Amino acid sequence: MEDLIFNLFIFVLASFVGFELITKVPPTLHTPLMSGANAISGITLIGALIIAGGSESLLAKWIGFAGIVFATINVVGGFMVTDRMLEMFKKKEDNS
Amino acid sequence: MSSFLPEALQSILPEAIQLLYLAAAALFIIGIKRLGAPSTARAGNQLASLGMLLGVVVTLFDRNIITFEWILAGIVIGSLLGAFAAKKVQMTAMPEMVAVFNGFGGGASALVAWGEFVRVGPGFLSTDALLTSGLSILIGSITFTGSFIAFGKLKGFIRGGRIALPGQNIINLVLTVTALILVGLFTWQPENELLFWSLLFLALLIGLFTVLPIGGADMPVVISLLNSYSGLAASMAGFVLGNNLLIISGALVGAAGLILTNIMCTAMNRSLGSVLFGSFGESSGVAAAYSGDKSFQQTSADDTAIQCAYARKVVIAPGYGLAVAQAQHVLKEVAQLLENRGVEVKYGIHPVAGRMPGHMNVLLAEADVPYDQLYDMDQINPEFPTTDVVLIIGANDVVNPAAKTTPGSPVYGMPILNVDEAKRTIVFKRSMNPGYAGIDNDLFYEENNQMFFGDAKKSLQELATALKELD
Repeated sequence: MEDLIFNLFIFVLASFVGFELITKVPPTLHTPLMSGANAISGITLIGALIIAGGSESLLAKWIGFAGIVFATINVVGGFMVTDRMLEMFKKKEDNS
Repeated sequence: MSSFLPEALQSILPEAIQLLYLAAAALFIIGIKRLGAPSTARAGNQLASLGMLLGVVVTLFDRNIITFEWILAGIVIGSLLGAFAAKKVQMTAMPEMVAVFNGFGGGASALVAWGEFVRVGPGFLSTDALLTSGLSILIGSITFTGSFIAFGKLKGFIRGGRIALPGQNIINLVLTVTALILVGLFTWQPENELLFWSLLFLALLIGLFTVLPIGGADMPVVISLLNSYSGLAASMAGFVLGNNLLIISGALVGAAGLILTNIMCTAMNRSLGSVLFGSFGESSGVAAAYSGDKSFQQTSADDTAIQCAYARKVVIAPGYGLAVAQAQHVLKEVAQLLENRGVEVKYGIHPVAGRMPGHMNVLLAEADVPYDQLYDMDQINPEFPTTDVVLIIGANDVVNPAAKTTPGSPVYGMPILNVDEAKRTIVFKRSMNPGYAGIDNDLFYEENNQMFFGDAKKSLQELATALKELD
């Protein structure tokens, strides 16, 4: 139970950090911000690694494997597509 | 992999891993912060991906990990699929892509919670780990099916409008309450497999039922909300595993998604509740579809070209139709031709134009339109009275004056681009069919408005040709 309370502290404080970070982002960046944040949510990958690599049970390994595939698609695809978008965002000066 | 390390290092390994996780979390925070400003955004995204790499590599040294075949196979397959999709996707299809990635992320978190449950065994998990497993499975699965339905709707595989059973809202409410009760029961009796499977099934069903009724124009809200869910699911998975990096990153993403959701709702003057539990069209008492008895003026490419070429200031108001017609490049060409003639050209972007937050900005960036030529609604609205011509391309509801003048209209109260204050508006549209909201747009019948019928891309090409011929 102590763990739960401690983790809850981290969760709530991190949420506040998240709120503070995102306010006042210009609309131009809404899509890249969303897809970048989306890639970060693929962090669940490290959980999947532990399950696929640390289980005795075959079922757990398969579940972990599927988790790794899903999360890696999210992470790799998410960061790459965000980079592709941001590469296009230019100011007028660099453009002409 | 920990066995490869010298013994001295092995003894401090758990602490070292935690410290490096802390570094990864810091990289995420700095990365997100930098994503918030145009000049630093790209570096921010790269910092965040560095944080991810650090987190993953460090985890491989975790003592719990003993075999690597499954890990390697999974990472290779996932990376190839993700990279392929990211390279191939067209900018016009970006909302779909984000929805898909999001669905996989949510699904992964549900799988992690389930996997941990199987790995450790139901009897060995603490009560709070069980509770958070249940929540992770619930939120992750909702994100999974919800995102894929959103994908199907955006892609056109599923009809875009409202698809719902009679009493869908009540059904959804009952299902959600039942699912929460099931989470409780699952925590209480983890050995009961029936409870687990019912929870999983119900969660998948809720994702399906929540997104199916939501129409196209509300998609920006749904996509941001699902984004927030996938963060929450990751955070819950972090609670299950006792992993701080997961908890922190998930919370950051959850908060980011909520803020975007809120921005989108404000831009439409709708509450989150009314987006989720009822769509346009149902409430429309006043609105009637085009009945054919009001008159409007039509215009041609040549006429439009002359009006624009001799204007002092032209504002372009794009909407989802621009994305559908993939007309962003030829639009940029038209704008360039006008600028070459000395016309001041600006783009006025409504926050919910398109199908995801910032959709129009991405499209125009692809066509090499510099972002300092794009103006938000609040910046561009004061300029309309001094604007000679507004070109409205594939936008409809976001320029509908009924939002200001007709109480009872489904769009009433939504902040709009005040294009009707300009001297002339020209609407590029395929036909007189009403927009997503299914309501008539009085703008079309205004005296200073003209309609330019046809596919946006074709019309703009004609306009570009006509502009070139003027010289």
